[in-house]
Amino acid sequence: MNAPDTTRRDFLCTLAGCAAALAGACGDVTHTEFFRSHFKELTPEDLDGILKKIERECETKYGKDVDVKNTPAREGVQFAYALDISRCVGCRRCVYACVAENNQSRDPVVQWIRVLEMDKEKGIDFEHANPYYDAETVPRPGHTYLPVACQHCENPPCVKTCPVGATWKEPDGIVVIDYDWCIGCRCCMSACPYGARRFNWKEPSLPADEMNPNLHVLGNRPRPKGVVEKCTWCVHRVRDGRYPACVEVCPVGARKFGNLLDPSSEIRYVLDKKRVFVLKNELATHPRFYYFYGL
Amino acid sequence: MLALALALAAWACGHGNAHELDLSAGWVPAADAPAAGTKLHTPPPPFSEGIFPCSECHEPDMPVNTKRRELSMAHQEIVLKHDAEHRWCLDCHDATDRDSLHLASGEKVPFEESYRLCGQCHGDKYRDWRAGVHGRRSGQWDGEKEYLLCVHCHNSHAPKFAPIKPLPPPPKPERTP
Ligand code: SF4
Ligand code: SF4
Repeated sequence: MNAPDTTRRDFLCTLAGCAAALAGACGDVTHTEFFRSHFKELTPEDLDGILKKIERECETKYGKDVDVKNTPAREGVQFAYALDISRCVGCRRCVYACVAENNQSRDPVVQWIRVLEMDKEKGIDFEHANPYYDAETVPRPGHTYLPVACQHCENPPCVKTCPVGATWKEPDGIVVIDYDWCIGCRCCMSACPYGARRFNWKEPSLPADEMNPNLHVLGNRPRPKGVVEKCTWCVHRVRDGRYPACVEVCPVGARKFGNLLDPSSEIRYVLDKKRVFVLKNELATHPRFYYFYGL
Repeated sequence: MLALALALAAWACGHGNAHELDLSAGWVPAADAPAAGTKLHTPPPPFSEGIFPCSECHEPDMPVNTKRRELSMAHQEIVLKHDAEHRWCLDCHDATDRDSLHLASGEKVPFEESYRLCGQCHGDKYRDWRAGVHGRRSGQWDGEKEYLLCVHCHNSHAPKFAPIKPLPPPPKPERTP
């Protein structure tokens, strides 16, 4: 895991001369940012400096007080998620709660959750799934709905494929991205079998009055153009003990979240008592996102 | 031989990234839902404006008509779509204490604990709800949680969910010709 970083560092150092010459072309990337260490190797002082800098930038850009946290994973916690597909009605409340909570770009539209409409006759069949359905009311007769976002795989192909180590699985199971380290190559997007990752093709737009100021450095802080993003299970909320936003907003209560290691958690009850499946089981990505039939 | 070595190397790389669950402390079976009848923290019942206490209109000396009939003096807006063939108001509402509900056993249940009444027939849902798996929950996954009463989501007189308007779909990606 360390080898590519060293190579990258050496490479950058060799380029230092050229970098100086090209400084104008580098935009507002500072020397410290350009030469900083990998997120996992940052000293507490460096990390603190980075958080402060993001706070300053957000405050200037959005004109309000923001708090950028780096709440680490908790000992003895392994997160997992469960979704009751016998209840989901496809209303997309979760999609928009997620956009608001996690500061996704409004234009171009970036949404981490995609709700797929499927034909009851065909069962779970991605070939015929339709994410663009619109209707006066849902559920539409003869259809079921399957919301998909990052599955926080136990064995995540996106992590394996990233050439610079900009995305990794945290000790509590959340797969995160360091937006400052991402080079925008989109290898992870092609590796993800669930289409869970989104790329910022253009400068994201986020109205200041809609910007959520409760931020996590590896989560919902505003992203720049040219980086990949995806669901983090609301890392800024769940590491403070709260439920992800989609869990609380779902009008039919289809969404469940908790600690796999806690025998009294909702998630363990689901695994113990319900019929559960994961998407694309045959790929051995081992999703931490379980779909179940609650009826 | 080379192929085997390569396969092994690939396998090893693949596993290097995974955070395997540490089960060294042993796997404890999932806990059961809190026992039936446990008093759970719920918000107050969603009474319509000015409807409670019922005894305001249903005074104690008012004669009780237990006959199934078309209501004409009040509550005409209630359309019973909840096993209407077998149910009637007084199966759940108490005729002697109008501000209370009652179980099939006759035991009175306050509106705040109406889940016990619903749970008589819907035992599986009641159990799942106590475990936080049926219904909507908010609060802390590791602490204080707020449950909702069955009647916060379901109209007790017509409990099936009405279809709702979905929020707009995402734009279809633009394709270059
Ligand atoms: S909010 Fe709940 S019911 Fe609506 S689409 Fe999302 S998961 Fe399904
Ligand atoms: S769902 Fe996709 S993005 Fe999420 S961990 Fe799995 S491979 Fe990575």
